[in-house]
Amino acid sequence: MNLILVTFIVLLAFTSYYFGRKKALVIQSSQRLTALPKFYGYYLAAWCAAPALIIFILWSVFEPSIVKTFILQDYTDQNLTKNELQLIYTKVKALALGNYTGNITNFLDASADKYIQLKGIANSAKVAIILAILIFSLSYAYRSVQKNDRMREPVEIFLKWVLFVASLGAVLVTIGIIFSLLFEAIRFFQAVKFFDFIFGTHWYPAKTFVRDGQPDPELMKDAFGAVPLFAGTFFIAFIAMCVAIPIGLLSGIYLSEYAGRGVRKYAKPIIEILAGIPTVVYGFFAALTVGPFVKEIGNAMGLEVSAESALAAGAVMGVMIIPFISSLSDDVITAVPQNLRDGSYAMGATKSETVKKVIFPAALPGIVGSILLAVSRAVGETMIVVMASGLAANLTMNPLESTSTITAQIVVILIGDQQFGDPKTQSAFALGISLFIVTLFLNVIALSVVKRYREKYE
Amino acid sequence: MNNFKQNLLKKRYNAERRFQWYGKIAIGLALSFLAVFMFQIFSKGYSAFQKTWIVTEVHYDKELLLIDAESPSKDDLENADYYDVAYKAMTSLDPGLPEEEDRQLIQMVSYKYETEVKDLLLKNPDYLGKIVPIKLTASDDVDQVHKGNYPRDIPEKNRRVNDYQLQIYDMLNERGDILSEFNISFFTSPDSREAELAGIASSFMGTVFSILVCLAFSFPVAVLAAIYLEEFAPKNKFTDFIEVNINNLAAVPSIVFGLLGLGVLLAVFNLPRSTPLVGGITLSLMTLPTIIIAARASLKAVPPSIREAALAMGASNMQTTMHHTVPLSMPGTLSGTIIGLAQALGETAPLILIGMVAFVNTIPGTPVDPAASLPVQIYIWSESAERGFVEKVSACIMVLLAFLILMNLAAQIVRHKFEKKWS
Repeated sequence: MNLILVTFIVLLAFTSYYFGRKKALVIQSSQRLTALPKFYGYYLAAWCAAPALIIFILWSVFEPSIVKTFILQDYTDQNLTKNELQLIYTKVKALALGNYTGNITNFLDASADKYIQLKGIANSAKVAIILAILIFSLSYAYRSVQKNDRMREPVEIFLKWVLFVASLGAVLVTIGIIFSLLFEAIRFFQAVKFFDFIFGTHWYPAKTFVRDGQPDPELMKDAFGAVPLFAGTFFIAFIAMCVAIPIGLLSGIYLSEYAGRGVRKYAKPIIEILAGIPTVVYGFFAALTVGPFVKEIGNAMGLEVSAESALAAGAVMGVMIIPFISSLSDDVITAVPQNLRDGSYAMGATKSETVKKVIFPAALPGIVGSILLAVSRAVGETMIVVMASGLAANLTMNPLESTSTITAQIVVILIGDQQFGDPKTQSAFALGISLFIVTLFLNVIALSVVKRYREKYE
Repeated sequence: MNNFKQNLLKKRYNAERRFQWYGKIAIGLALSFLAVFMFQIFSKGYSAFQKTWIVTEVHYDKELLLIDAESPSKDDLENADYYDVAYKAMTSLDPGLPEEEDRQLIQMVSYKYETEVKDLLLKNPDYLGKIVPIKLTASDDVDQVHKGNYPRDIPEKNRRVNDYQLQIYDMLNERGDILSEFNISFFTSPDSREAELAGIASSFMGTVFSILVCLAFSFPVAVLAAIYLEEFAPKNKFTDFIEVNINNLAAVPSIVFGLLGLGVLLAVFNLPRSTPLVGGITLSLMTLPTIIIAARASLKAVPPSIREAALAMGASNMQTTMHHTVPLSMPGTLSGTIIGLAQALGETAPLILIGMVAFVNTIPGTPVDPAASLPVQIYIWSESAERGFVEKVSACIMVLLAFLILMNLAAQIVRHKFEKKWS
């Protein structure tokens, strides 16, 4: 039904484009055109498609919730909770579509009939309204065409609006992220106290699972303490940075200050391949090769190493991050003005002294910015940790034990079927929003630092 | 004093040399990580492109097949009972084996061997009543033994292939009845719980569909947004806000987009779970900022003289943009888009959250059929305990990397071949 309607609108728009252009050619025989003939076509087509499609989209977005309100009106006197009402609505819908398998009560049957009826009314109303709008807007547009009004300006203004709406897309995504995270997280914090989440030291959501019922609030208090996850996240990120900063920074310095053109031309893109490898591949590598390797070495030294150690995950994550730091610091160092170097050489400094005492301090803000961006990458990295560093949230500072991170727990909680409305599922969104806030914070600082640095030398 | 100066100089030069070496070592380390990594993947994965077959003889006995008709039709063959025929084909390898031990022989081929026996007859109906040689897919364990990935000298109870099976294997191998051929089924069959049967067709199609959906959603919106921001947007607080927004969105962890897909696309819009449609839309939200940034950069690179020339000829702003600036910026935009898509191709976490991690043993035909994707397939297989999946994962990684390399090459070619150099 919807598909037919949309196809109809689109086809009509195409027809009106040709019709408008033809009309313009007719006008041309008697009077001067105000724009190229195709603009007459665009004008008609835009008036035809835009209002109808906007109404269509709005209608499709709001129709289900309106129908739902009407259906559930009959149940208001029964004092049901929100979840129960949702369940009833799902049942009614399934019954109406003919794929309901449970017990059919009279009441449910009546509701299903009402649902079908409402849907029918809604559908015919939709078609009628859209047809009316089509007729109205087309006749309005046709009148302007007949009057030979200026045609290009309105078309261009319309196009500009289309462009503007597209650029709102990015904002919409951000709003979508914030709302979807907040919505579930707020419901989570209704069940679990905010401070129990932020300061609790036990993360064990599985134990709150109770079939068909509300979990014990005492259990909830102790199951959703996110401190081990925050600690694990930053601990693994720290290990990663211990690998990535020295290697990345030194290779960035070498590439920008020492390497000849040939080395630079080939070494830089090859190092950047490391950033292009999918993280799941790193995860496999960490779990299958690095993890056992670390374990073997540890055992040879008489240490107890778990097969899924934070060290393995962190080290592999560090390798992944090397190119971020090396490329960014390479760019930053190259941007340092040549006269600083020349001044230093003129004073008799060697190259490394110039790098250490002049260029590095001058480039420091940019380098710090790139490191912060890399930290935010490490904090948000998921697959390596999921595959290589275990899933039990231990509060530990021993790199040889397994720890878990925010991202890994989100995956663990949400893999497979989820039940919305369950505090366990909601806790993933609470974790998500804390992750979002942390990375956003790091990015904003990093971007502003880098921006200020660029402005300084431009 | 002179001596002191010379010592100092020597020290400084040594420090210089040391520092250079640090840099070289750092680059060497980074490159060797890459080399070790590639070596590991290739050495583990190349054997997955070989498939091991066991050749035996099958007797398409009409009585055992329970076919009564004199000249049986296709339907008769379709509905015949192949259990005994297939069973006999395997047990005939060692007729002396007591019946209760037969399982050991059956375990040497994949559990779908009955279907293979059936398919051969359906393809060649004239085999009915004859004894013909047949290739059966070896079980994952025999396959690994044949490829030398299984140590044979450990105690029998620690092995998944026992001494008797090894003996049969050796006998067959000597007779030349163990075949190794290029593993076409790895590319043509969907996922399976059995390593010897598992292929990447389902996840490959899932990837293709999600990338197409991703392209369809993100490319138009991103290009239009970039045109607005670069060519038309007035400089005010709101457009600044949009810009900051895009830059920050580009650095949001991918898993957050997965949560968005789950919380909005699945929970609010009720789109079908586990499908490339939802996966593609989720990925498109992620690639949107990447493409916007690339498109803006290449719009910015078009020199103002082009715009001025067009305006001077009487074109409107919109005409200048649409007829001149945008076409000239397309190579850069396209290569940025391909790179953005390559990033999306490797994403795993958001797809797991929207349920593309479900076990799918059919090849999806449309974007609304449940599917996995290549990276998710890597994750699923690497979580399985069976030895045979290790090489499958490595092979799947090789396919994924090949895909990525191709896309990056395409981006390079588009950029170098079509981009105009302004100087």
